[in-house]
Amino acid sequence: MQFNGLRVLWEGLTGHRGWKPLWRDPEPQPEYDIIVVGGGGHGLATAYYLANTFGEARVAVLEKGWLGSGNIGRNTTIIRSNYLLPGNEPFYEFSMKLWEGLEQEFNFNAMVSQRGILNLCHSDGQRDAFRRRGNAMLLAGADAELLDQDGVRAMYPFLNFDNARFPIKGGLLQRRAGTARHDGVAWGYARGADRKGVDLIQNCEVTGFRIEGGAIRGVETTRGYIGAKKVGVAVAGSTGRVMEKAGMRLPIESHVLQAFVSEGLKPCIDGVITFGAGHFYVSQSDKGGLVFGGDIDGYNSYAQRGNLPVVEDVVEGGMALMPMIGRARLLRSWGGIMDMSMDGSPIIDATHVDGLYLNAGWCYGGFKATPASGYAFAHLLATGRPHETATAFRLDRFQRGALIDEKGVGAQPNLH
Amino acid sequence: MLIPHPLLGPRDAQEFTYLGDAALLNRPDGMAQGAEAAFFDYTYLRDNPAGLHRELWFHEQGDRSWLVVTRDTVTHEIVSAELASDVKRRGGA
Repeated sequence: MQFNGLRVLWEGLTGHRGWKPLWRDPEPQPEYDIIVVGGGGHGLATAYYLANTFGEARVAVLEKGWLGSGNIGRNTTIIRSNYLLPGNEPFYEFSMKLWEGLEQEFNFNAMVSQRGILNLCHSDGQRDAFRRRGNAMLLAGADAELLDQDGVRAMYPFLNFDNARFPIKGGLLQRRAGTARHDGVAWGYARGADRKGVDLIQNCEVTGFRIEGGAIRGVETTRGYIGAKKVGVAVAGSTGRVMEKAGMRLPIESHVLQAFVSEGLKPCIDGVITFGAGHFYVSQSDKGGLVFGGDIDGYNSYAQRGNLPVVEDVVEGGMALMPMIGRARLLRSWGGIMDMSMDGSPIIDATHVDGLYLNAGWCYGGFKATPASGYAFAHLLATGRPHETATAFRLDRFQRGALIDEKGVGAQPNLH
Repeated sequence: MLIPHPLLGPRDAQEFTYLGDAALLNRPDGMAQGAEAAFFDYTYLRDNPAGLHRELWFHEQGDRSWLVVTRDTVTHEIVSAELASDVKRRGGA
């Protein structure tokens, strides 16, 4: 079933009775060439690129709940490629380019909206750091503009420019960045993978790995044993729990990150704004709600909910930045479990088990990376070699001292 | 969250800063054989359990003691808290 404007018009006129489920609900086969564990954004994208780009025919995705039930459904939907370090920026720019062609590629409306992201700076030192980051972005083929205070004022006159403690001095603008409809991304990849013959198997939790002679043979699941030549694990948030079954301890802690949405408001914020003095990022959804977030709660957690001190801290950041939101009411808040890695950067690599591959450690930057993460992981699974933009995301980089510490805070996962 | 401080009674978790797994009390000997591997393990690798977790909290806004708090990472329920110095004296976490 191909989506197009005529079809939507026709269904609209005939009571929407012609739509069919977007993917099958297959029984697991006894064996696959490649099994992807985790039916979230990254797992579904991996399966999609495996089948579509790398021509793998016998692929399955195993998901313990329903498709897209983890962080792909719980984020603040921001897409961007405004990183500094050489190990990161080419990868995120590759992701940005995939976002730009995504909807045409998988024929699904993911509501990719390049509305621009503006990182505000509040001191001369911060402006210098942003200039350096902007130059690094330009070198990697991304776009970046450094705005002075007047430039920011022209875009967002309602910001608190003359805050005595954190005056707004300017900002780093990436116009190609923006937002996407998070669930739509998962559904688009799921449908695209299914159409290429990938079996999307839901309510199928992996309970163990069958490893013989140092090589993967298959996975034990709640729906029985399934054989596989290769297994790729993309289960951010649960990575520690799953990889423990393969005997691995990882440089990862699981932390809870909260996100928030206000009641629906008239259109007032047409891009994404981030506060440079606290940690606060905000955009406005098409329904009018302000979608915003801040720091993780800061302690190990597998509970998909946080505590009130961080709610207060995030909302204070919002009030410091744009006092106009003070009378808006908070509609909902929720939490997602992040793989906080020891340097704040992800891992896409093989493991000590032959045929077992790991995609993990996305901290709270996983959503924007979804297309490139899927592509790079599919590349690794299909060819055995890392994708050219993901060569730095190695599991052994911690042992080698080759960290990708974007924030420069060291081995403190709750500070990244 | 309220942390039952062994000396001060229940205190708001906001008064504390969090460090991580209480296994960090067991710092390897830098002069011993295999120190490099031991320090890699100590610095970077974590058990990261879903369930009971023994972890270090620093009472920064209070009496500046280090506590070993046993907390359930799935429910956030705090089971116990003891002074890290006592734990260390008993032979580590």
